[in-house]
Amino acid sequence: MRRIKRSLPLIAAFALSVGPVRSAAAADVRSELLQRGEYLTRAADCVSCHTAPDGEQFAGARAFKLPFGTLYSPNITPDASTGIGRWSDDDFLRAMYEGIGKDGQRLYPAFPYPAYTLLSRDDVLAIKAYLFSLKPVAKVPPRNHLTFPFNMRWLMVFWDWLYNPGQRFEVDASRSPEWNRGAYLVEALGHCGECHTPRNLLYGLDSHKKFAGAVTAGWHAYNITPDRTTGIGGWSEVELARYLSTGDSPHGVAAGPMGEAVDNSLRYLSREDVAAMVTYLRTISPQTSNVPAAHLEGARNGPVSASRLPPADELNRLHASAGVRMFAAACTGCHGWDGRGLAGTRAVNDPEATNLVQVVLKGFHLSAAGGRPNMPGFAAGYADRELADLANYVTGRFGAKTSTLKADDLAKRRSEGD
Amino acid sequence: MARLQINGATHEVDVPEDMPLLWVLRDVIGLTGTKFGCGIAQCGACTAHVDGKAVRSCVTRVGTVADRGITTIEGIGATPHGRALQNAWLSLQVPQCGYCQPGQIMSAAALLSEVGSPSDAQIDAAMAGNLCRCCTYVRIRKAIKQAAASQATAQRT
Amino acid sequence: MNARVSRRHFLRTGAVGAALVLGFRLYAARPASAETSTAGLAQFTPNAFIRIDSEGGIVLVVDKCEVGQGVYTSLPMLLAEELDADLDQVAIVPSPPNEQLYADPILHLQATGNSTSVRSSWTELRRAGAAARQMLIAAAAAEWRVDPSQCRTERATVIHDGTRRQLGYGALAAAATQQPVPQDPQLKQAEQFKQIGKSPLRVDLPGKVDGAAQYGFDVRLPGMLFATIASSPTFGGKLNSLDDNPARSIKGVRNVVRIGGQGFDVGGYKLHLDDAVAVVAENTWAAQQGLAALEPAWDRGPNAHLGMDDVVRALEAASDRGGLVARHNGDVDKALSTAATRLEARNYMPFLAHAAMEPLSCVADAREDSCEIWTATQVQARAQGIAAQVAGLPPEKVTLHNLISGGAFGRRLELDGIALAVAISKQSGAPVKLVFTREQDIRHDLYRPFYHDRLRAGLDASGKLVAWHHRIVGPSIFARWAPQALRSDGLDPDAVDGAIQMPYAFPNLLVEYVREEPPAIPTAFWRGVGSTHNAWVIESFVDEIAAVAKQDPVQFRRDLLGHAPRALAVLNLAAEKSRWDKALPPRSGRGIALAYAFDTYLATVVEVTLSGAGLVTLQRVVCAVDCGSIVHPDSAIAQIEGGTLFGLSAALWNEVTVRNGRVEQGNFNDYRTIRIDETPEVEVHLVSSREAPGGLGETGTVAAAPALANAIFSATGYRVRQLPIIKSIEELKRRA
Repeated sequence: MRRIKRSLPLIAAFALSVGPVRSAAAADVRSELLQRGEYLTRAADCVSCHTAPDGEQFAGARAFKLPFGTLYSPNITPDASTGIGRWSDDDFLRAMYEGIGKDGQRLYPAFPYPAYTLLSRDDVLAIKAYLFSLKPVAKVPPRNHLTFPFNMRWLMVFWDWLYNPGQRFEVDASRSPEWNRGAYLVEALGHCGECHTPRNLLYGLDSHKKFAGAVTAGWHAYNITPDRTTGIGGWSEVELARYLSTGDSPHGVAAGPMGEAVDNSLRYLSREDVAAMVTYLRTISPQTSNVPAAHLEGARNGPVSASRLPPADELNRLHASAGVRMFAAACTGCHGWDGRGLAGTRAVNDPEATNLVQVVLKGFHLSAAGGRPNMPGFAAGYADRELADLANYVTGRFGAKTSTLKADDLAKRRSEGD
Repeated sequence: MARLQINGATHEVDVPEDMPLLWVLRDVIGLTGTKFGCGIAQCGACTAHVDGKAVRSCVTRVGTVADRGITTIEGIGATPHGRALQNAWLSLQVPQCGYCQPGQIMSAAALLSEVGSPSDAQIDAAMAGNLCRCCTYVRIRKAIKQAAASQATAQRT
Repeated sequence: MNARVSRRHFLRTGAVGAALVLGFRLYAARPASAETSTAGLAQFTPNAFIRIDSEGGIVLVVDKCEVGQGVYTSLPMLLAEELDADLDQVAIVPSPPNEQLYADPILHLQATGNSTSVRSSWTELRRAGAAARQMLIAAAAAEWRVDPSQCRTERATVIHDGTRRQLGYGALAAAATQQPVPQDPQLKQAEQFKQIGKSPLRVDLPGKVDGAAQYGFDVRLPGMLFATIASSPTFGGKLNSLDDNPARSIKGVRNVVRIGGQGFDVGGYKLHLDDAVAVVAENTWAAQQGLAALEPAWDRGPNAHLGMDDVVRALEAASDRGGLVARHNGDVDKALSTAATRLEARNYMPFLAHAAMEPLSCVADAREDSCEIWTATQVQARAQGIAAQVAGLPPEKVTLHNLISGGAFGRRLELDGIALAVAISKQSGAPVKLVFTREQDIRHDLYRPFYHDRLRAGLDASGKLVAWHHRIVGPSIFARWAPQALRSDGLDPDAVDGAIQMPYAFPNLLVEYVREEPPAIPTAFWRGVGSTHNAWVIESFVDEIAAVAKQDPVQFRRDLLGHAPRALAVLNLAAEKSRWDKALPPRSGRGIALAYAFDTYLATVVEVTLSGAGLVTLQRVVCAVDCGSIVHPDSAIAQIEGGTLFGLSAALWNEVTVRNGRVEQGNFNDYRTIRIDETPEVEVHLVSSREAPGGLGETGTVAAAPALANAIFSATGYRVRQLPIIKSIEELKRRA
């Protein structure tokens, strides 16, 4: 197989996907650059990480709780003193490709430069042009809190040797242009592997388990390989495309970080680009993981009637289990006793109930799907034991395997994520 | 244009199919007995029946209930369970502000249609989704039992 | 005739009645209508509460808002009792706005609150009924030329047994207007009551079980549009910019309205509204969709970083200041310095939202020269006043149709919904129904204050309480709501309500108040008002002192009471009915609280069990109540049942917290409310009494939290000093 280093045709494709080609007047060239930069900035989902809750867009200061401390994203607005207003093109390229900041300090790979390093120079500079067109915001993020030795930035030199490919995307001429575009979107701009590929002890992505699913900051980014039982092999192309564009699917709904990715990034992609991503995802090598993607044969989760009443065995547990009571009170209004919208999703099939717990705690609201579906969060009003009981009830009744969460597990989950 | 069968009458409504049944009932058709309380299926004030089952009309898209039998608080009195419940509600003077009570009665009617003589646990399971900020729960429980008993008596005689 | 306009003033115009019947009708068996009352019939209107026309239509006016407490039945019962008409013979209409005619004698305002409805009306409405009856009798006696004392009345008819003649009130209406208004009408003795003390079906209930009852949320007018609203997410934020187009492109959306932040003053009542954006549409759903589509750019303003730490720190700092002395008996410092045992406590009570089942709503039709509003308000005249200000009209051009309310709990003592609805209608050129989403309702409420209390007590060597020092730190609601109610030095009587008139006789007592306003967070009355706060603090501390003194909580309270026979009676009754001395299983406990609030004595016993995880299960509640004379006993019981559970619910779970200048809670998922499966048995025992009536609407709530906290102490040994109780769950888990 021969690989040709060739990225420009792809850019042209993106430019076409943004809007009609205009005349060559200078203002329009600039406007096209900015439009393309905006599209790429969205595809790269810069805003999700570089915006704090309640904070101004791109002004940074969002906290990332990692196993070795807390990092805060920097301000990437063009403010001269607190943002990146004084960065040259080369400064910006070096950060995106090598993970090195303007003053030469090593950046941490919470910033996905090992993915962005695949981007073409023109695309990176279009992103920069767009960022520089934004309103400068003067804001200094809080200081990072990292434990030794991770607070030694220079050690990242070794990490980069191991995990930063440090090269641009190469078109695979044996594949269709659509596949190549999908690969570029998934691997480079969308940096999907940052969440969906498990990390090793050194926080590097485990290339042997690419896209096999991983837990980060309290959320499980599921297996997105074509494996039929634990990946997305059972999803139709239409379902996948709709999921990427709206977050909604019969197999489950995007919540947490994936919900953000849909709302802030994926929903803005053109139909062609979404189709390209689907094409590429279909071809990655299947991996097996521990969360079944659908009903398992023999799971005790057959459909029950749309009754206002649970089956007798659960009725008997009603007063013994805070979880059954909470389900009766707060969940049956939408899910019924037959678990509509729950059965068959990986959230309830996961024996750790990772995402189930996060969704119960924080809820979700998908702007991309017009605010529907959505779910309220229950963190504030309910005790850990009640929520643990609820998760155990829901996984046992509608999932593949009963989770065995205790109140302490819930306390820990509460502190994860944002 | 959706065709709705509500309390035995047919209504043609020109609304988006994702509009919640609640707002179709209240704002388009003018049946205001079904109440808005939360909009997220947490309070039960909007409970109506679709084919005899209780649904939260605030999260039920009208497109999913076209041509199905919808019953609201305005029509439940025409059913034996509904009438018995309304009578019990009055005899025990259950309501205070009353705003949640249409939803309470609709949930209770769905319960009685499944279980003639519900136990406390069944009442809890079926009614836990209906909030009452005046906290009339003590009387709601009694009234459901009284309605059930009155129907049992009516059947015997 | 008395020239001064008063509540008992003879209303010759009939205009009040004509106007008020139009928008709302709520009837017992015999409906009267606006048409019959304005058809040129002779009207007998002996006072502001009764109108009888020549065809026998009897209209009774209720000047209180029906919020679920039953005033549409209990207040007409007072009138009807003395008038000698039965409830099935009368029509009941809400009073129009009129501060002179309908000012509450306790509140000095036309207002429904502070559990005054029956207390204020007990004598006054009976006198109104009796005066009318006396005039009708006099008219009949004159007609028949008999001695009035030989006439009797029954079912709206004057009867002269000697001549077997009788005339209905309608036939007497014209003649009765010629009779002088008796200044001191004879009232019935309690033994003569035919209605008071019975529990007829509340007149508002039939419509509440079949969907016919009309709340503000349900009003429909020709050409009416529907609006929903989002205010600045942060307190004091400003709308920087707004692109209307995303909303206007949604089918059914008619208008996008910007509402600038504004302050109002209605007769001393102050209200501040933040910037807001409203979407007006052909139905509520389209309006909500339109609002969701908008992305207003908010300047988050000066409170963008406000959090609970700021609130609590400020209160704690203020607690080190000396306060205004609300009450001082004896010498507390000396008693404390010589006490054998000294105790101290700090208590914290959170901000709370009202979260009535019916979210705030108001229909307004603001026109060039007039304005009509349909809503439920606890302050009718002020509602008219603020609508007039917003509409730019004199108050008399504003017509209020006051409807029943789907709960209030104090929320409808505020006028934000009315001001907003009028503003939106005015800008939209159409009648508009403004309905709050639940999120807007909770996040833009005015909140029960966060209070911080510091207490000190001293016991002598025998375990007797010899010193009590209570310092209350928190905001003043009255300073905003009715500054005329403040003591001249600024003492807020609500803040110290329940703290200075305890049933106990403490020899050395000092109660102080330190006013400390939370930054930017508006505060308001909430069910049980000052007493709910102070009873929790006081009854928890009394319980704590009893434990230190190694005395039984009931006996310790008995010993503290001094001469307070009514308090003692409810205390003993609650202990007896709850089987106070009976042993409980492990991890279970009983707690008691005694309260004197709104002229009612109440003792509540709560029984709880804790799970190994520290979860509290309510097992049983027993209340003993002496509220004096009772108009409608079944409603009295209902108020105590519901009020107690309401208080328990809030004590277990509720707090409103602020982070980055915005309220964190928004709906019933995070503002939890007790449900039927969590509801224990509730027994209410009423003490028979002929004393003047006490209030009931809020009283149950007052004793709930302390009884629960004391039960938890009894079960676990853990003293809850901070509400809600769910915040102490780790501690409870350790102890359980």
